[in-house]
Amino acid sequence: MDTTERRGWSRRDLLRRAGVAGVVATLPAGVAISPAAAALEREQRETFTSTEAATVDAIVARLIPSEGSGAGAAEARVGRYIDLALNGELRSLQGFYSANLAALDEYATSMHGAAFSALPATKQDAVLAALETNMAAGFVPSSSAFFETIREHAIQGMFGDPYYGGNANFAGWDLISYPGIKLHLPAADQRLEATVQPVHKSTYDFAIFRPGGSDHGD
Amino acid sequence: MAIRLKKTDVVIVGLGAAGGIAALPLARAGLDVIGLEAGPWLNVRDFPSDEIRNDIRAWMSRNKFNKELPTHRLNASQTAGPPAIAIPMVNAVGGSSIHYGMESWRLTPFNFKTRSRTVQRYGAGALPPNSTVADWPISYAELEPYYDKVEYEIGVSGRAGNIRGKLDPRGNVLEGPRARAYPNPPLRRTGWTELMADTARRLGWKPYPGPASILSRTYRGQPACEYCGHCTFNGCHVNAKGSTFLNAIPHARKTKKLTVVTLARVTQVVVDRNGRATGVRYVRGSQEYFQPASVVMLGAYLYENVRLMLLSKSAAYPNGLSNNHGQVGKNYISHMYGGVDGVFPGRKLNRFGGPGAQRTSSDMWTDDQFDHTGLGFVGGGILDARMEAKPIGTGRTAPPNGPRWGAEWKEWLHKNANSIGGVGVQMESLPYEDNFLDLDPVAKDQYGQPVLRVTFDLHDQEKKRYEFLQEKSEQWVQEAGAAETWTTFPAFPIAVNSHAYGGARMGNDPETSVVDKWGMSHEVPNLAILGGAVFPTSGNKNPTQTIQALAWRTAKHVAKRFTSIVE
Repeated sequence: MDTTERRGWSRRDLLRRAGVAGVVATLPAGVAISPAAAALEREQRETFTSTEAATVDAIVARLIPSEGSGAGAAEARVGRYIDLALNGELRSLQGFYSANLAALDEYATSMHGAAFSALPATKQDAVLAALETNMAAGFVPSSSAFFETIREHAIQGMFGDPYYGGNANFAGWDLISYPGIKLHLPAADQRLEATVQPVHKSTYDFAIFRPGGSDHGD
Repeated sequence: MAIRLKKTDVVIVGLGAAGGIAALPLARAGLDVIGLEAGPWLNVRDFPSDEIRNDIRAWMSRNKFNKELPTHRLNASQTAGPPAIAIPMVNAVGGSSIHYGMESWRLTPFNFKTRSRTVQRYGAGALPPNSTVADWPISYAELEPYYDKVEYEIGVSGRAGNIRGKLDPRGNVLEGPRARAYPNPPLRRTGWTELMADTARRLGWKPYPGPASILSRTYRGQPACEYCGHCTFNGCHVNAKGSTFLNAIPHARKTKKLTVVTLARVTQVVVDRNGRATGVRYVRGSQEYFQPASVVMLGAYLYENVRLMLLSKSAAYPNGLSNNHGQVGKNYISHMYGGVDGVFPGRKLNRFGGPGAQRTSSDMWTDDQFDHTGLGFVGGGILDARMEAKPIGTGRTAPPNGPRWGAEWKEWLHKNANSIGGVGVQMESLPYEDNFLDLDPVAKDQYGQPVLRVTFDLHDQEKKRYEFLQEKSEQWVQEAGAAETWTTFPAFPIAVNSHAYGGARMGNDPETSVVDKWGMSHEVPNLAILGGAVFPTSGNKNPTQTIQALAWRTAKHVAKRFTSIVE
């Protein structure tokens, strides 16, 4: 195993997965790449094997693609959210994920002749549609159950607090015009047609929720 | 070996919405009260605006509630399994009053007399034959003074619509008469709440700002709401919620008569040979204790109250505490929810932020406010247009006739996420013979004790009521300008619910109820039961304030009659 593989997600990999649009191009104007994103090369996976990680990244990149308006799951690092969650709160689902990721590659190979992550996007979409409608065999307890689970986790990773490893650079919140965490919300933000500027804050950017912080927001 | 502690006047099991309130009148009457709470104290720093921690992972339920979830089956011929949906309860001082949606309502005069008022107008045939629907043994007027005490203790924000018969169209003109106004004005109005209020007025639906136990202004030293947008399933980072750990519990402690014991998990109510409760057993750490008490008050949530009764078997009560008439667990009801969302094309609705209790409500389709002839159901539902859209909740949205993932869905979501608005509805649900609670014969909690088993399904009336109210919700959303609308919550039996009722219902007849009109057991003279378990009917409003008014009334009764109750 070479160093690139052990590191997990290299910046080059991320750019490749993001497709022609690329990470930087899909970030909203004026948003700098955060230290977290810059630190990509120093991170490793906690749960998935390299093959599993590649498959999960490929799935979520089709569920929430990078094409079109706003960033997608690749830029928001949704796969990382799932990897971290499976080594924590969702630990009981580790076996569910490994079994079904293996089943997915078997299904993809039998139908289209290659592992899921190696298929072109259109074929990946066809495979996912078969899972969604429960038409694919070999999954536990069913392909639609696996599809619904990973869709829900993809949405959590895309739109949850960046603290959990997804929603990188607030890409998910920008996609839906959620301005970020404000502990005090002015009346103007609740008016019809008001344009609310994003603050790009995690709840853990506030001292009150950090170790040693005060009892008041800042 | 259990350590035997010093006897107290009253021991309360659970210091949440109900037990926390009950402690106050007891302590003020000079009784020595010990409150046993399974969870810890929490404070503002435990309440981050974090949808994953709060809404999805239920952090405040992790140590107890999540590890003893009731099982569910639709009917008695099935084997029960994990519930499809479980709305979690909090284990902490203040209980679920820390994280609830804070919609703080009274029931209406009709809700206390659903059976007799229905039979009177439509005949006995209007009620399903297998429904066990019963009038409450008390009326709205008897509970009104306690609703009033609770509203002023927890600081409810709202606009009165009926003060002693004088109507005010800015408030809910369809509510029962109240003695005085709310202690605080309604929560801040928003573009969305006013769009929906204007629409409802156009429809003639008498809208009003729904009451909330969230402070709209500083009240007795407690600060006002900051509208942060992460209120439901979270505590408040500025202490603006009416949670009992911020009002009744500290006020009771000031009397020096309330002792709070945290991390105390009650395992059994102990009785003597004559069937009187002598106290409770609990575990704290790995040590077992016996807390003797003159009066035992069950203030846990409905599922744990009923489970504790069924687990407390004795020579006097071989089928569980206060269950010699076989009524514990019967007459179970779970609220039913519905809702319609729509896209308002090109509009910025800005529904992010605020508590969900920042809303416009309409009672137009509740109770018997409309003629039910030929509809096939009784009762109705409350409609609310709320704030507090959250990002993950928004991200789950998909249009009914389009894809739920992929490029086309993403484009739709990006375009419309801030243009989605809707109406939520919650509905009366009737009690039936075949909806009940008992102990699961197989599933156990983390300590090896059986969990509760819920046998519950929707009946014909519930499905018809749902369809009717979904049409009304859709009408409101469409009239407000939505181009495309869809159902947000299907007709679905929610087995484990934060709006659960029955299992130890209140009545005059021990053959058909568990507690009397004061909330005292028919069988165990010194056992009081608090919470939704004692409700004979659900009504359509959120239950907490009624639970709290009943808790205050039961506590007052215990204090007043203490000498005769303990003999």
